[in-house]
Amino acid sequence: MVALSPDLRPGRLQGDRSHRARRLGLFLALLLAVVAVVSLGWGASGTSLARAVSDLLAGRELAVQDRVVLMDIRLPRVLMGIFVGASLAVSGAVMQGLFRNPLADPGIVGVSSGASLGAILAIVLGSTLPAGIAAFFGWYLVPVAAFAGGWLTTMALYRIATRRGRTSVATMLLAGIALGAIMAALSGLVILRANDRELRDLTFWGLGSLAGANWPKLLAGAPIMALALLYAPWLARGLNALALGEAAAGHVGIRVQKVKNRAILTVAAATGAAVAVSGGIGFVGIVVPHLLRLASGPDHRWLLVNSALLGAVTLLLADMVSRTVIAPAELPIGIVTAVMGGPFFLWILLRNRGGLDL
Amino acid sequence: MSLIATDIRVSLGRKEILHGVSVEARAGEITAIVGPNGSGKTTLMRSLTGELACRGAITLNGRDIAALSPEALARRRGVLPQAAALSFPFTVAEVVRIGVEARGERAEALVPAALAAVDLPGFSGRLYQELSGGEQQRVQLARVLAQVWQPLDAEGPRWLMLDEPVSSLDIAHQLTVMRLAAGYARAGGGVVAVMHDLNLTALFAQKLVLMSGGCVLCQGRADEVLTDEALSSAYGCRLRVNAVPDSGIWVLPHAAA
Repeated sequence: MVALSPDLRPGRLQGDRSHRARRLGLFLALLLAVVAVVSLGWGASGTSLARAVSDLLAGRELAVQDRVVLMDIRLPRVLMGIFVGASLAVSGAVMQGLFRNPLADPGIVGVSSGASLGAILAIVLGSTLPAGIAAFFGWYLVPVAAFAGGWLTTMALYRIATRRGRTSVATMLLAGIALGAIMAALSGLVILRANDRELRDLTFWGLGSLAGANWPKLLAGAPIMALALLYAPWLARGLNALALGEAAAGHVGIRVQKVKNRAILTVAAATGAAVAVSGGIGFVGIVVPHLLRLASGPDHRWLLVNSALLGAVTLLLADMVSRTVIAPAELPIGIVTAVMGGPFFLWILLRNRGGLDL
Repeated sequence: MSLIATDIRVSLGRKEILHGVSVEARAGEITAIVGPNGSGKTTLMRSLTGELACRGAITLNGRDIAALSPEALARRRGVLPQAAALSFPFTVAEVVRIGVEARGERAEALVPAALAAVDLPGFSGRLYQELSGGEQQRVQLARVLAQVWQPLDAEGPRWLMLDEPVSSLDIAHQLTVMRLAAGYARAGGGVVAVMHDLNLTALFAQKLVLMSGGCVLCQGRADEVLTDEALSSAYGCRLRVNAVPDSGIWVLPHAAA
């Protein structure tokens, strides 16, 4: 199902898919707006978005319950879904470009585990930090720690998997498994030291969920994710050239080491902040870029932007599913994305079996 | 204007692979690097392009390549690598455009022009990964060509650095590519190519550099370098160089036995 029909209209270069990617981006932006509004009106309580809007338009005060549900519960949750979904998808796309492989994903190669370890360390040991440091970071302590954990893991992974400018997929996946296991074990050790309250926080958070979304969390995580998301398109030309291999990328004028370092920082920031606020939500980073490559090609100038949009849409949809399936209780969103994404990942593997240089 | 390498030494680990190589390639000519497998041809090429760190000095059009920024270097010379792997399903047009973008200017029209030059007109919508090895090699050449399209401008000559440009091509396309290189050189550009086919090299190259064991055995015109003694010494087998009327020099194995 390679989506490539020759475009024979005059004046347009055959094989240039940027017009298609641009149209797709526009469509995804509109779709995101619609899904976000639907998501605001979606929920267990009797709050109706339509009633709230008509109240607002008529110049009436919102009912207290409507205001609490919409402004304090649903709005931060929807925004969190948008930021986290976009960050996970863009992290996946950047990492796949960096490793030149469609199977690289922060969740699979241990970067999320590294970020988790950072976050867990911050949650459990945060209270033992000198008051000055804790006060300096405030709400940012967990996201920053997760970023540091994700960054160190990505660096280690790249160092291990790359020899003389060639990244070995087999080494990357195996090293990722090992690093992930080490991080998970260390996380387990740290969790042993947690008290009951911290334990409850950790369990809830570890399953991957947007349920804990609130304004302080959003304000702590969103700026880091926003920075990474805004910077990512600047990596596009470098990642395109990297598809030719590191040496060839250098020959077309790319500062390869700089691009690699910044790509790693971007992945770590986006993944770290996303993990910090919502726990481990898998498979968005692998499914979204893959679908977009099928639809409009691997050119990173569009892939990164469209990944952000489709990632946000995907996570909002998954969140609505998670709020509905066993209502009034909630399914952790990580379970929803894993149930949808796991089979998809296997499908990619099966399609590419022949082409993987393992 | 020249590409001049002086006393180049390259070590991988503790082993020295190039032992003080000095070569000069002039713009307006094809300079071919020839020699047996493992003689250091590709290592020399990778040093000349600035890809490989080496001791010694390399100047391009009179400027030290180590002092040029990657962007400036990319506007002066294009490099065709030996292996042409590509991850992700890019179309041919998207691959060639990577070369266009290295120019630092908008020049989309170069994509079809470069594809036509390597005899792949109408291929721009095809997926690179679905092409044959020879077609992929020509797409890569089109990408490099688009990067350094004008052989000569106010700042001097541009350079094509080609590592085995005809290795997976049929004989007709070997000629297409070599004629393209010759045209580039005639128009004032410089061409440096690692070659295996001595006969093709003798037909097209104005200067040959014969490598052996990480050293330059000899360099000069085809009739100076391609001699029975030099070739037999470099390749370790008996070869006979013959002159063919109207065609120049032909190298043949001495005997089947």
